[in-house]
Amino acid sequence: MNARRDQGDAFDAGRRNALRAAGSGLAVAFLWTAGMGPAVAQMSPRRQAADAAAAAADGNPAFAPNAFVRVDADGAVRLVMPAVEMGQAIYTGISMMLAEELGVGLDQIRVEHSPPSDALYGQPLLGGGQITGGSTSTRGQWQALREAGAVARETLVAAAAAQWHVDPTSCSVARGVITHVPSGRTLGFGAVAEAAGKLPQPATVTLKQRKDFMLIGKPMRRVDSPDKVNGGTQFGIDAKIPGMKVASVITSPELAGTLGKVDDAKARAIPGVVDVLRLDNAVAVVADNFWLAQRGLDALDIEWKHGVNANLDTETLIAALQESSRNGPALIGRKPKGEAAADGKLIEASYISPMLAHAPMEPLNATVHVTPGKCEIWTGTQVPTRCVAEAARICGIPAEGVVLNAAYLGGGFGRRLETDQVEQAVAFARQVGYPLKVIWSREEDIRHDRVRPLYFDRISATLGADGKPTSWKHRITSGTVLGRWAPGAMGKDGMDSDAIESAADLPYDMDNVLVEWVRHEMPPGLVVGWWRGVGPTHNLFVVESFVDELAHAAGKDPLEYRRSLMKPGSRALGVMNLAAEKIGWGGQPLPARVGRGIAVGSPFGSHVCAIVEAEVTEQGQVRLRKAVVAIDNGITINPSSVQAQMQGGLLFGLGAALYNGITLKNGAIEQSNFHDYRSLRINEVPELEVYSVESDEVPGGIGEVGTAIAAPALTNAIFAATGIRLRRLPVALAQLAASPDALKRVAAVGGEKEDVA
Amino acid sequence: MVTLRVNGEDRQVDVPPDMPLLWVLRDVIGLTGTKFGCGIAQCGACTVHLDNQPVRSCQLPVSAIGDRAITTIEAIGQTPEGAKVQQAWLAVDVVQCGYCQSGQIMAAAALLARVPNPTDRDIDTAMSGNICRCATYVRIREAIKQAATGQQHGLQVVVDGSAA
Amino acid sequence: MRRFLIIVVVLLAVGVGAYFFLNRTDPDDGTAPVLAGAPTNADPVARGEYLTTAADCVACHTSHDGGKPFAGGLAFKLPFGTIYSSNITPDKETGIGTWTDDEFVRAVREGIRKDGKHLYPAFPYTAYTQLSRADVLAIKAYLFSLPPVHQPEKPNELGFPFNQRWAMGFWNAAFFRSQRFQADASRSPEWNAGAYLGGPLGHCAECHTPRNFGFALKHGEALAGEVVQGWRAYNITSDPTHGIGKWSDEALTQYLRTGHAEGHASANGPMGEAIAYSLQHWKPEDTAALVTWLRTVPAREGDDPIVVDAAPKAMVASSAVAPGGDDGKADAEGLRLFEGACASCHQWNGAGQQTAYAALAGTRGVNDPKGANVTEAILEGVKMRIGDNDVYMPAFGHAYSDTEVAALANYVIRHFGGKQGEVTPADVAKRRAE
Repeated sequence: MNARRDQGDAFDAGRRNALRAAGSGLAVAFLWTAGMGPAVAQMSPRRQAADAAAAAADGNPAFAPNAFVRVDADGAVRLVMPAVEMGQAIYTGISMMLAEELGVGLDQIRVEHSPPSDALYGQPLLGGGQITGGSTSTRGQWQALREAGAVARETLVAAAAAQWHVDPTSCSVARGVITHVPSGRTLGFGAVAEAAGKLPQPATVTLKQRKDFMLIGKPMRRVDSPDKVNGGTQFGIDAKIPGMKVASVITSPELAGTLGKVDDAKARAIPGVVDVLRLDNAVAVVADNFWLAQRGLDALDIEWKHGVNANLDTETLIAALQESSRNGPALIGRKPKGEAAADGKLIEASYISPMLAHAPMEPLNATVHVTPGKCEIWTGTQVPTRCVAEAARICGIPAEGVVLNAAYLGGGFGRRLETDQVEQAVAFARQVGYPLKVIWSREEDIRHDRVRPLYFDRISATLGADGKPTSWKHRITSGTVLGRWAPGAMGKDGMDSDAIESAADLPYDMDNVLVEWVRHEMPPGLVVGWWRGVGPTHNLFVVESFVDELAHAAGKDPLEYRRSLMKPGSRALGVMNLAAEKIGWGGQPLPARVGRGIAVGSPFGSHVCAIVEAEVTEQGQVRLRKAVVAIDNGITINPSSVQAQMQGGLLFGLGAALYNGITLKNGAIEQSNFHDYRSLRINEVPELEVYSVESDEVPGGIGEVGTAIAAPALTNAIFAATGIRLRRLPVALAQLAASPDALKRVAAVGGEKEDVA
Repeated sequence: MVTLRVNGEDRQVDVPPDMPLLWVLRDVIGLTGTKFGCGIAQCGACTVHLDNQPVRSCQLPVSAIGDRAITTIEAIGQTPEGAKVQQAWLAVDVVQCGYCQSGQIMAAAALLARVPNPTDRDIDTAMSGNICRCATYVRIREAIKQAATGQQHGLQVVVDGSAA
Repeated sequence: MRRFLIIVVVLLAVGVGAYFFLNRTDPDDGTAPVLAGAPTNADPVARGEYLTTAADCVACHTSHDGGKPFAGGLAFKLPFGTIYSSNITPDKETGIGTWTDDEFVRAVREGIRKDGKHLYPAFPYTAYTQLSRADVLAIKAYLFSLPPVHQPEKPNELGFPFNQRWAMGFWNAAFFRSQRFQADASRSPEWNAGAYLGGPLGHCAECHTPRNFGFALKHGEALAGEVVQGWRAYNITSDPTHGIGKWSDEALTQYLRTGHAEGHASANGPMGEAIAYSLQHWKPEDTAALVTWLRTVPAREGDDPIVVDAAPKAMVASSAVAPGGDDGKADAEGLRLFEGACASCHQWNGAGQQTAYAALAGTRGVNDPKGANVTEAILEGVKMRIGDNDVYMPAFGHAYSDTEVAALANYVIRHFGGKQGEVTPADVAKRRAE
């Protein structure tokens, strides 16, 4: 794809076009970066150089036409997954794409984790890295994997046709069996696999039309479900290696603090404790099992040495961001067109979005066995090749010496796009000779998360006589994830495309739009990371809250106001109209202190609208009553997965908006476990409906869309219920229940709803 | 030496009396279907049954078990409720990452054993101690109702796709 | 005029005389009853260790944020300001490394530091004054056997006039008598040991006896219950309804040795510390002696009596895993929170699982309509190690709002105590600030 940025005045347009072409997500960043180093190999439906080694490592299957399909002589069909499975159902989606073209049933496929290889499994939308993130898997593989299935099928058919001496076009394929239609003769894939492996591959293949799909578009059961309901699925934490010991770790609670003296006498005295290992900033107790390791860790007497963050707290950090926001320098993400109207009603606001932890259900872990010249790893990761590179660096061995055994991920949400925990496990494991399983307790997991960045936003608009904005200015201030994680993907001007996603590319038809980003360097040790929904999660909160504020200022209904700003026929308008219709917007009056909030956006190549109905009790507690989500994600591979991702994604976002904010005190994260980092529970879940728009467009992402749209729908509902505008998340603490002023307003609802806070 | 009755089998384990059952199951006996999520009885991923009642194994010292029968996710399918729950879980395809689902299924099976046809309130009471970060809650509710009534609740997935 | 001056001088003389008379030091070295855990022939350091444990010195002289044992720095938030405990390790600069025997004995028994300044009675010299010199010096011998910790004292945060240490002389004149323990010959040696353990050494009264306007103990109300740092120290008199008169000896012993008595109570807050650091380490004979003595504490109702309802309607209507008998509307909010974060340990029938400490049925905490200890436990949680087991409850205060904590506390009080809870969000906010 050509998404190189243009120069000069046109650069803004180029950037916007890139955003539009690709949808968004992590992808965008990679798409419009030129010069990320030498051209990288990436997944291909046809055999490529690196394929031979992979096939050899796989025991040379009878037929291995590409990196994904393996047909054994007994007819078994195995699919090697280019992406990792962390709940998003990509193993099922990819299996459906492949099976659709290959001509097998979904039940006939055995899925396999891929070995680490950018060359074979590199995600084209992510610069060719073997990365699962940014809701890119379906988008990036849609073409390549169906083609891979077709290449395999045509080659197998060619082998059968050659054996029969018939025209391949007279053959059909179903459930792994090739039939010569005129004669009724059949051959299984296994019977021709060997022969197919020796044939040249077709130069071109014709992919099925949407109308001919047999699997794609049906709500298929996930391929990983059966093992997940009987405890059989192997997550990283379940690794069992002969001779393995288990470690529990504590890293300096003060971020960037270091390890001082450790008195380990009491720990070593515990029967079953094997070793006490040290790093610059952490200490691990190794034992026969994790619980003994934890006991040993508790028994250590540790002195930590303060670092640069000894006095760091959340409010200082926010003040520093505000200072940066005032002083810049600001990079321009979207330039205004035309002149702003000279007069009008100016509306201004500022927003704060908190740091967030991922807290996947499976705490971070890695099992590592370091032997001379070799390092073997068992873990669930979104970035296998990055883990390999880091392990090789730490052990001082070539990457070929590192073996990574992939596992299912007990949740990712972006946390497993980082390698820090694996790096630490390798650093500990290389101090011992036995395989070492390092598990972070939940407390470690939260206190050393690589958090969603803290954001400070200033936003303003001028409204014309018709209430519509004649100008729009949005200045985002934050740390950068992309700048650390893929510095080469930053814009030439230093712009972080992730920071402005869904802020620069608005679904509203406005010309005079200025979007800026100020880079604020986070203190050392406070590492910010990808969090489900990435940039759009924050920007949609600000943008969609502010559009609501404008509607209020203009005295318009929030739905009607948005409609008036959208281009007729746009996909965003389509999902908004669908959601509004389904919830019955503007129909029956709602009870006191109940309100509906609407939010719409186009993140990750999809279009989504959420309408949340919430009640605010007289005591200031927020109750979710109902939510409707409408989604246009182009062609749907598996409608069951789309529904599941929208349900789960929305609730993940609503839970975070209600409860979550990582805070710092004396340089340490204050939260530690689910009692102080709350997660939505089933008794808080509203009635929830998901509706999809039929579409022939290319598939969009679905894993993060629901999360990205959740917060503004909720805070807009709270505004509709109470007249209280929340410009800082999370909702639950301090702002309603603990604010006497807010409670007075809640109690007085029924009267005028005013803008406060 | 402690004797535990796990999934119908007696297991002799040489562990300290205060060692939580979770780690005895996972690291000593090798049954890893029961999961570690929080360690403080807040998430429910470690739920097992003691004499058919759900308990949080991460906080349960082995010395407190006595002769009560332990059932884990690996064997819950052998109970009528467990089998029904697993079947319904597959029919509406509840799981996402799957890590919490052992605990969810153990909690749901215990609920159905006690209340054959649970109301929404019953479901809330029995299931609110189990956190799912993927938030599969909508389908958990549907699956429990489907397991209880045998009637379809929510989107039913297709199991076998016979491709062209 | 002259006559007036005479009166003034006489009054002054009487006053000064009275001041010094009331502040006189009991010259007696004192004799302690024989304790099972501290036999007189034992090594002084070993005796001192046991006595230091029995007096629970470490609880107050250790900061809660990872402080070294005995190095001080724990804050005491009192109605008139905050004071910090001192470093009693043998560090020469910041601890008591240069203190002589006499200086140490004077501090412990008279409340006067090495430099001659008065200590505040947050340090219970009012109780320790009854200790024998031999016991005090054994404690010193033990403390001096510990590694010195260099940790400067934190200055107290007291406003005028409370920051005037000399004024404590007048407080002492009014409320303090220097006197040694007097054995009661009419009682058994065991009772006397119990009286010494529960009185001067274990200083139960410091928390459990109501205080007067001058912050001194109301001796007429001994052990009838008081609120300390937000936690309620219950009535431990022999009153059968409001105190512990109905508890069996076994229950009392179980409680004192483990922090949990089936059907009665689980310790948390300051009492949890007393069990964890001190009481669980006592010799069983000494625990028995304490029980013997407690049995004889005269029954008193106390100021704010708690009546335990052992079988409240909702709790009785509940099973271990399902609630019954709640008010669907009034209890909805609290029930919702309880079923999410609490029920998996506490259970709906109050029996508790995973740990016996989670049992709520029959406890005074859930029967106190003001909900002091229920609210504190929700906010601060419980963390103690008893024997070989961790007793743990998370602190929910950080992520649950005042409204939620109040609703949850009131639900617990109604469901498990059968009473209308009186906890308001404002109370919760106040407790957080304390």
